[in-house]
Amino acid sequence: MVARGLTKRFGDFVAVDAINFEIGRGESYGLLGPNGAGKTSTMRMIACMSPVSDGTLRVLGMDPAHEGPRIRARIGIVPQEDTLDLELTVLDNLMVYGRYFDLPRRVIRERAEQLLEFTQLSDRAHDKVDPLSGGMKRRLTIARSLISDPEILILDEPTTGLDPQARHLLWDRLYRLKQQGVTQVITTHYMDEAEQLCDRLAVMDGGRFAAEGAPNELILRYSTREVLELRFRDPGTDTGAVATRLEGLAERFEALPDRLLLYTDDGEATLAEVHRLGLSPDSTLIRRSTLEDVFLRLTGRSLVD
Amino acid sequence: MRYWMYQYKRTWRGSVTTSFLYPVLYLAAMGLGFGSLVKSPVGGVKYVDFIAPGLLASTAMQIGGNESMYPVMAAIKWLRTYFAMLAAPLTVIDVLVGHLAWIALRLLMVTSIYLAIMAAFGTVHSPLAILAIPVGILTGLAFAAPISAFAAAQQNDTGFSTIYRFGLIPLFLFSGTFFPIALLPGWLQPVAQATPLYHGVALCRALVLGHLQLAAAGAHLAYLVGLTAVGFVLAQRSYRRRLVT
Repeated sequence: MVARGLTKRFGDFVAVDAINFEIGRGESYGLLGPNGAGKTSTMRMIACMSPVSDGTLRVLGMDPAHEGPRIRARIGIVPQEDTLDLELTVLDNLMVYGRYFDLPRRVIRERAEQLLEFTQLSDRAHDKVDPLSGGMKRRLTIARSLISDPEILILDEPTTGLDPQARHLLWDRLYRLKQQGVTQVITTHYMDEAEQLCDRLAVMDGGRFAAEGAPNELILRYSTREVLELRFRDPGTDTGAVATRLEGLAERFEALPDRLLLYTDDGEATLAEVHRLGLSPDSTLIRRSTLEDVFLRLTGRSLVD
Repeated sequence: MRYWMYQYKRTWRGSVTTSFLYPVLYLAAMGLGFGSLVKSPVGGVKYVDFIAPGLLASTAMQIGGNESMYPVMAAIKWLRTYFAMLAAPLTVIDVLVGHLAWIALRLLMVTSIYLAIMAAFGTVHSPLAILAIPVGILTGLAFAAPISAFAAAQQNDTGFSTIYRFGLIPLFLFSGTFFPIALLPGWLQPVAQATPLYHGVALCRALVLGHLQLAAAGAHLAYLVGLTAVGFVLAQRSYRRRLVT
């Protein structure tokens, strides 16, 4: 999958602004970013559901503008909102969807049984979809996207709104698909999910790529190894002023209303320095830097919408 | 189309029952009951014979309208089925043709049943009556195609009641189903003649009663085919605008 200067415009609004990326076969690629960053628009273009406004895009070596249906025959899509038919049974949802791909009924039935097994829905095969839980519906959507045995799987926020059990089950299934060589493109708001699932990821903001790379690479590049958090219970504490006092102790400071974050490579040493300066925060925490730190640094803490 | 067949599995019992029940009720109430008050022949035949083919065409109109309003809105907004289809290797044309094909199939079922019941009531007077089935299907599609174009452009379902109130119900009452349009005030007659249902009713009636005039039949047919074709082009445009963004 190759994109050069890929752009999506809706009237005057530029949703995706000339991005470049390459995704190799069998790779898991994540798109992170705040709401409205252009992730879904990018996904819809890759899925050949939304025409490209500008730039070039090749999926499986083909041009979505001319060979949309041929490309779609080889990709599976898990949209952000489920598009299941709530009034049909679990099995019928898969049967109908398989027919859209012109697969023989016998093949669909065989695959449907395997996929229901794979997503742990076998015992609900003949139940209607409507009363199923959110996690079950999401699993069914994933089973449905696999009915055509796709080479590429496009997952738009696959686990949003799911409980931890359902998320872990999904992660496990996605990991197994990856082992089978299925290329995955994933958007998510969960940084732990991105770290778990993605070989490489891009942080999007305002329609552009703010950064791209492997998760640990991004952490090294945009954050320090560790983060020291100093918490102050007194709401009157001016964390900004505290930061000024500690000037030079850390690579970067972030002053939040109740705490001060110090980005440093050695949290213990920095904490010792803090104590030596006679500062006694109510509590302290030393932790490893995470993708979340990278994300917040690149896209800011304030709400975008 | 297969999708809609799958979905129909869920409701077919109720639907088939009404498919039988409605013609029986209408023919009994309007034809035999009300018709017994109509002593003089209407359009040269008994009243029940007069309205039966008109009711068939009107029913086709209603099926065409019903199946292209809420189901289209549901497939776009509520269940988002069209989007699921477009994520598969189907095109906008496939989606539209599939839906219209399903409507045609529904029309085939309903008009066939209607004709059978008309025969049971003894209101069928020509072997040509069998052609009222394809004409009924065409009448339904002449409504379904343009209405689905309208439905796909709507943000919510309030426009649908307008279609019923100012479209389907007046047509049902005044397009020659219950009385010849010659009885309408002079200025209203051309209006009635310009409506699609009039042509469906007139053609069905000519076929069922066996007084077909080729020129008139050709004109009716051309009107219905033309409206279906225009509706299809509009629907295709409207679907594309709504579904491919």
